[in-house]
Amino acid sequence: MSTATASADTHTEHDPHATNTGISNTKLAMWLFLGTECLLFGGLISTYLLYKTRGNGKTLPTDIFDIPFTSVSSFVLLMSSLTMVLALSAINRGDIERTRGWLLTTAMLGGVFIGGQVYEFTSFVREGVGFTTNPASSAFFTLTGFHGVHVSLGILMLMSLVVASVQGRLKPQNAETVEIVGLYWHFVDIVWIFIFTVIYLIPAE
Amino acid sequence: MAIIEEPLALESGQADIAERPLGVMTRPQGGNGWRDWLSSVDHKKIGIMYGVAAMFFFVVGGIEALLLRTQLAFPEQGFLSPQLYNELFTMHGVTMVFLFIMPLAAAFANYLIPLQIGARDVAFPRLNALSFWIWISGAIFLNSSWLVGGGGADCGWFCYSPNSGITFSPTHGVDFYAIGLLIAGIASLISAINLIVTVLNMRAPGMTLFRMPVLTWMLLVTQFLLAFALPVITVALFLLIFDRVFDSQFFDPEAGADPLLWQHLFWIFGHPEVYIIILPSFGMISEIIPTFSRKPLFGYSFMVFSGIAIGFMGWGVWAHHMFVSGIGPISVLAFSLSTMFIAVPTGVKILNWLATMWGGKLWFTTPMLFAVGSVAMFTIGGLSGVTHAIAPADTQQTDTYYIVAHFHYVIFGGGVLGMMGGAYFWWPKIFGYMLNETRGKIHFWMMLIGFNLTFGPMHVLGLQGMSRRIDTYSEGFGFEFWNLISTIGSYIIALSVAYFIYNTLRSRKEARDLPPPGPDPWDARSLEWMLPSPTPEHNFDEVPIIESQDEWWHRKYGYDEDHNVIRIATIEEAAQKGDAVGVHLPSPSFWPLVLALGLPLIGYGIIFNLWLCVLGGLLSGGAIYAWALEPVDDPDADHGPHDDHGHDADHSDDDDDGDAVAVGADDSAGDA
Repeated sequence: MSTATASADTHTEHDPHATNTGISNTKLAMWLFLGTECLLFGGLISTYLLYKTRGNGKTLPTDIFDIPFTSVSSFVLLMSSLTMVLALSAINRGDIERTRGWLLTTAMLGGVFIGGQVYEFTSFVREGVGFTTNPASSAFFTLTGFHGVHVSLGILMLMSLVVASVQGRLKPQNAETVEIVGLYWHFVDIVWIFIFTVIYLIPAE
Repeated sequence: MAIIEEPLALESGQADIAERPLGVMTRPQGGNGWRDWLSSVDHKKIGIMYGVAAMFFFVVGGIEALLLRTQLAFPEQGFLSPQLYNELFTMHGVTMVFLFIMPLAAAFANYLIPLQIGARDVAFPRLNALSFWIWISGAIFLNSSWLVGGGGADCGWFCYSPNSGITFSPTHGVDFYAIGLLIAGIASLISAINLIVTVLNMRAPGMTLFRMPVLTWMLLVTQFLLAFALPVITVALFLLIFDRVFDSQFFDPEAGADPLLWQHLFWIFGHPEVYIIILPSFGMISEIIPTFSRKPLFGYSFMVFSGIAIGFMGWGVWAHHMFVSGIGPISVLAFSLSTMFIAVPTGVKILNWLATMWGGKLWFTTPMLFAVGSVAMFTIGGLSGVTHAIAPADTQQTDTYYIVAHFHYVIFGGGVLGMMGGAYFWWPKIFGYMLNETRGKIHFWMMLIGFNLTFGPMHVLGLQGMSRRIDTYSEGFGFEFWNLISTIGSYIIALSVAYFIYNTLRSRKEARDLPPPGPDPWDARSLEWMLPSPTPEHNFDEVPIIESQDEWWHRKYGYDEDHNVIRIATIEEAAQKGDAVGVHLPSPSFWPLVLALGLPLIGYGIIFNLWLCVLGGLLSGGAIYAWALEPVDDPDADHGPHDDHGHDADHSDDDDDGDAVAVGADDSAGDA
């Protein structure tokens, strides 16, 4: 049993008999969580695809899409992934000031996207396509709404990091926390690429 | 640089009080008072709480079943109104699936996974507590519909639309069903992620994946199934809630919606759910049978891979629940074939259990009886399941009592009997005393006979054409005799459960006059048996180095030159003493409980008054931040025998545990 002490010290090294993945617990948990999110959005996207032409005699969301407008807000969201990467790179260099700046920028770009979504939703409702109008509109608002809630939670996380950095709680050794929030943020962006393609770009026949 | 340095721990072990972060409640400092249970992050205490709560809901669901069977004992009885009958069979199913058998499996998973892989705790101890508290708050929320929701849900546990719509189900029962299951689903999702990370990252040195006990493997597959199946029903439940509360149009056929959407979403979750229920029991059987056959498990890797295969194939069979819903001949054919195929890995398991017993020195203890009974009953259920795979036969059987018989043989026969065996098997490890064997065997035979009397006749009733979910039946169809037998059987099951509870209490009393069971009363094979019973709070004195499958067995037994098994160490020599000092454990926390309390408030808010949502949201949201700011190690903690801020090399395996908890808690709880 005296060997226990010796090898317990070395077992973090990666070897073929490793008893861990080499990924930290938190990051692995986030990857798994994102895996489950794929099925959540998978279910919602399927629902929309099933219902997108079911208008019940009323206006369909596809009839009133403003594709140029949504393209711009999509571009803004995609750019926020770039600033997120810059935030991570800054904290990896130990530069908390820049990290804070890029986190704030990412949150603001996300905020612009959410603002665009609020504008889109209100203009749809004004044009007579509300949540309860027909199955297509219910599915549209639910899918994009769920995505919006995810972006909003991401903004909340980013702002929590910003506040923590102001309080001096965010330190270079917390770089992985920024990375994990970044994973979530990139995931939300990638989902939007799918949603944007499926909802807005593929025409309903 | 100097500014960002952590304050150094003082020699005395006292942290600087001025550095104490915001939002810290006073935390209990170890012990067994109620506050210690409410704030515990110990996987063993959480496991016990899951188990006790699951048994409570077993009794609740059982009483619901007894009421149903009482109504059906004789034809044309008016004991229950049709509406109440609908509510009772719905709540019976929901309670048994979500509030009994899943949490019972979670109880074993929580208690046993860290022990079987040689870990101190799960990867995220506070998230583990959160899972339990969220689940129990969801469970209470779901059942509160009897009191404040105008009755239980009345749409069946599968809650098909449009029956689940406001038109056909105007009380709040379905709202409570949907929100209650959403809350319980959050709990299972967090728990699944936590346990997967635990198994993948926290194994003791040398514990490679293919040295893990089969139970841990099956629980790992189960957690993957949970993690990927729950989001699908989450979608379905959200759509249902939106339809009922916010008038969306997802399931309204008049508006052009497709009620089949619900069926697909539900069963994409619902069929993996069947394996979520059965695989933990398979794992326990795979531990019990080798122990009491005095042989290693036959075909370990086959057992593991067939479990994984079931996990994958379980995703490709869901539409066999929908053969009569008009999904078209090609879908029916494809799902019919895939359903037949999934019988193959299941058959592999059954044959391997039999091969394990073949030629073994069988020791028919109570756990062994339950395990063998479970295999036998599951085989019957599996065979009737294959008859459903044949679509023309299924068309005759669907919505009859034949289906009810089938899934009770699978879930009760395969799942509950196996887990009962697990309860008898691990009872001494968990509670430090043995359950009386004679009473255990009486319990087994009562339960087995009651079970077969209840559900055996349902095969006949179903083939005679008796429909499920009808609140009564007329005389003269030949249903009377078998229904009466079935009702008698259900009361025998109820008696056997009462007898089990009596056995636990009586054995506890008698144990005071008996010698303690010691670390390894069954001469078993896996790591948990090298620990004293009950397991000490810190689990392992020294994290063991694993050199083989069935590590514990190989520490007790070796081979002589003729390759005969010989004992090389007594249990006392090989077992750990449980007397380690200075083991660093995460401090307890009340925030998981506070966070969980906000969720039912949000649920009531959605149903009754949106202001309650604000209150619940503030409570949960505040708890998330308080949690994130709370240090994992309590600065006020008494630096007694269980603390060690020096991080001795002996225990370096758990040093990344604490840090990970703080960050992980922040992120994952925020998303959930």
